[in-house]
Amino acid sequence: METRYDHGGDEFVYVEIDAAMSLPAHFTSLAITRQLAAEAIDGVEEICPSNASYMVRVDPDRIHPRDLVRELQRIESEVGAGDDDFTVETRIVDVPIMLNDPWTHEVLMRFRDRHQDPTGTDLDYGARINGYDSTDAFVDALASSPYLVTMMGFVPGLPWCFQLVPRERQVEVPKYVRPRTETPERAFGFGGAFAVIYPVKGAGGYQLFGSAPAPIFDAAMEQPDFAEQDSVVFFRHGDVINFRRVDEAGYDEVREQVADKQWRYRTAPVEFSPRRFLDDPDGTNAAMLEGLYS
Amino acid sequence: MSILVHDPGLETTVQDTGRFGHYAIGFPPSGALDSFAYHVGNALVGNAPGAAALEAVYLGPTLEFTADTVIAVTGADIPATLDGEVIPLWESVAVRAGQTLAFGQLAGGARPYVAVAGGIDVPEVYGSRSTYTLVGMGGFAGRGLAAGDELALGDDAVAPRAGRRVPDDAVPVHPEVAELRLLVGLHSYRLTPDSLERFTDTAWKVTPDANRVGYRYRGAELEFVPREQPFGAGSDPANVTDCGYPVGSVQVPGGVEPIVLLQDAVTGGGYATLGTVVSVDRDRLAQTKTGDRTRFVPVDLDEALAIRHDRTAQLERLRSDLS
Repeated sequence: METRYDHGGDEFVYVEIDAAMSLPAHFTSLAITRQLAAEAIDGVEEICPSNASYMVRVDPDRIHPRDLVRELQRIESEVGAGDDDFTVETRIVDVPIMLNDPWTHEVLMRFRDRHQDPTGTDLDYGARINGYDSTDAFVDALASSPYLVTMMGFVPGLPWCFQLVPRERQVEVPKYVRPRTETPERAFGFGGAFAVIYPVKGAGGYQLFGSAPAPIFDAAMEQPDFAEQDSVVFFRHGDVINFRRVDEAGYDEVREQVADKQWRYRTAPVEFSPRRFLDDPDGTNAAMLEGLYS
Repeated sequence: MSILVHDPGLETTVQDTGRFGHYAIGFPPSGALDSFAYHVGNALVGNAPGAAALEAVYLGPTLEFTADTVIAVTGADIPATLDGEVIPLWESVAVRAGQTLAFGQLAGGARPYVAVAGGIDVPEVYGSRSTYTLVGMGGFAGRGLAAGDELALGDDAVAPRAGRRVPDDAVPVHPEVAELRLLVGLHSYRLTPDSLERFTDTAWKVTPDANRVGYRYRGAELEFVPREQPFGAGSDPANVTDCGYPVGSVQVPGGVEPIVLLQDAVTGGGYATLGTVVSVDRDRLAQTKTGDRTRFVPVDLDEALAIRHDRTAQLERLRSDLS
C-alpha cells in the first residue's frame, strides 16, 4: 500500500493510507493522527481519523496546504508504515441489537427498487453473497465477535464498526445501488465491511439488518450516560463494541428504560494494543468480553 | 428588542459562520451557505464578524421589529419592503419599532439574508448559533422559523446607522449559468477520462433535491473505470472504503446524479468523490435554484488559493470602507 495525499478544495487535505480496509491500514492512520494532534501544528483546524484514511481541515491562511502535506509525510515516515506498537486506552461497550426486526423490515421492503436484489430482504442478500447457508448462520456471524469503531461521522454520533476477526471471517456487502431517502432511527446497517447504527432518521445507503433499542444520539442529554459524558453522542473513535442479540422482549425492556430516562450502557475499560490483537485475535476478544460481562 | 415572525417564508433559519471542531464526530459546519452575503450584511449593520443572521430561501419571511434598529438585506435579488415601501438591497436601512419587513417575488439568486444590528440572540450550541435541522440543534429551537416565533436580538453592534452601501461593482450578479470552480481529485481516478471531461463539459441542471445538505444535478451519464474492488468498499462501481467527505465535495452515486455536499451535509461515507468545489464558490452555488444550469470549471490548488485570497482581501476592504 502506498499513501496517497490529495487536496479536498482549499480547506481539506485527504490522506488515503490504502484503498482497501484492513486493521494495519487503520492503525497507521490512527498512529499518524495521534501524532499530528500531539504536535498541534498552527493552521490544523480539525483532524478526522477514518477507516483506512484520514482528513485534515486546514486554514490555508495560516499554513499552506502543500506545507501541511509535507508535515504529514514527515509524521508518516516517523511513525513508520504499519506501526501498531502502541496502546489505546479505551472501553468495550455492550450494545443490544435486534436483528431481522419488524421496523427496518417495513422500511427496506419499500425501497426494493433501489436494491441489488429486489426479490428478497437485505439479510437474505447479505447471507447469500457472503456464502452462508441460512440467514440465521449469517446473523450468528455478525454477532459472534466484537467490533472496533474505526470512524465516526456521517451524522453526529454514527460509529463505523469493523469486526475484529481475521479477514477470511469478515462480512462484506455493497451499499444500495441508490441510497434510500428514509432510514429509521437506530437502524443497524451494514455497508462495505462496516456495521453502523444510524443515530437519527434520515437518508442512507447501507443494507438494513436490524435495530438497536438504545439511543446513540441524545440532543437533550436526557439519558444519564450522555449527561455524564457531557456529549450528545455516546460513542467515541476507538471504542470496542460488542453487539449482543436481543429478542423483541429484550428490545422492549431497553425501550422502557429509555422512556424512564434510566438507560445505562454496560462498559468496561480496555487497553487495546493493535499488535497484541493482530497476534491473537480470538484470545484478545475473549479477554475483552470476559472483562465486560464478568 | 426582538423580531416577531409573522410568516417564515419557505424555510428561514438562524445562521452564523458555522460550528467548527466537531467534524470528526459527525457535526457538519452548518452556517450561512452564501458566506459573502452573510458577512457583508453584518458589516453593513455594524456587527462583528460572526453575529447570527437570518437565511431564507426562494420566499422571504415577514418579520415585525419591536424596537428601532438597523437592518440590511443581502444575497438574492428579491424586492424587500418595510411597511410596503421598497427598501434598497446591500444597504443598511433604519427600521422603526412596529415596522414590518416583507419580500416580493424572487428575481435572481435563491437566498436572501437579513442582518440585524446586534445579531440574532439564540444560545450557542457546540460553539455556534447556526441551525442544524437534521438533528434539531442550534438556531431557534433547532428548527426553521415558524409563525409566532419571537427572536431576541443582541445589543453589541458598533455604531449602527442607515445609509451604508456596498458599491455596485461589489454586488455579486446571478448569471444564467453559474460557474463553480472545482479542484478535481480525491477519487476522480474512478471515472473514465471521457466521463471526467463530460463532467466539466456539461451544463448541469439543478434538480428539486437542492437544499442546505447538498445540491443534486442531472445532465449526463458518467462511467466508472472497471476495477478489482478493494476490500471494504463494497461491489458497486461507485463504492469506496468509507472515508471523510470535504465540504463542497462532489460524488456521483450511480453515475447519473452528481451531488455537491454543502454545509449541512454528511461528514463521511462510501461513495466515490471526484473533486471539491472551492470554498468561495459555495456562495455562488447557494444562489442557484432548481432548474438553473451550472458548470464546473477545473482549477488547480494555486488558483483555488488565489481565489480564496482575493475574496478575503475584498471582504477586508469592504469591512473597512463600511465601518
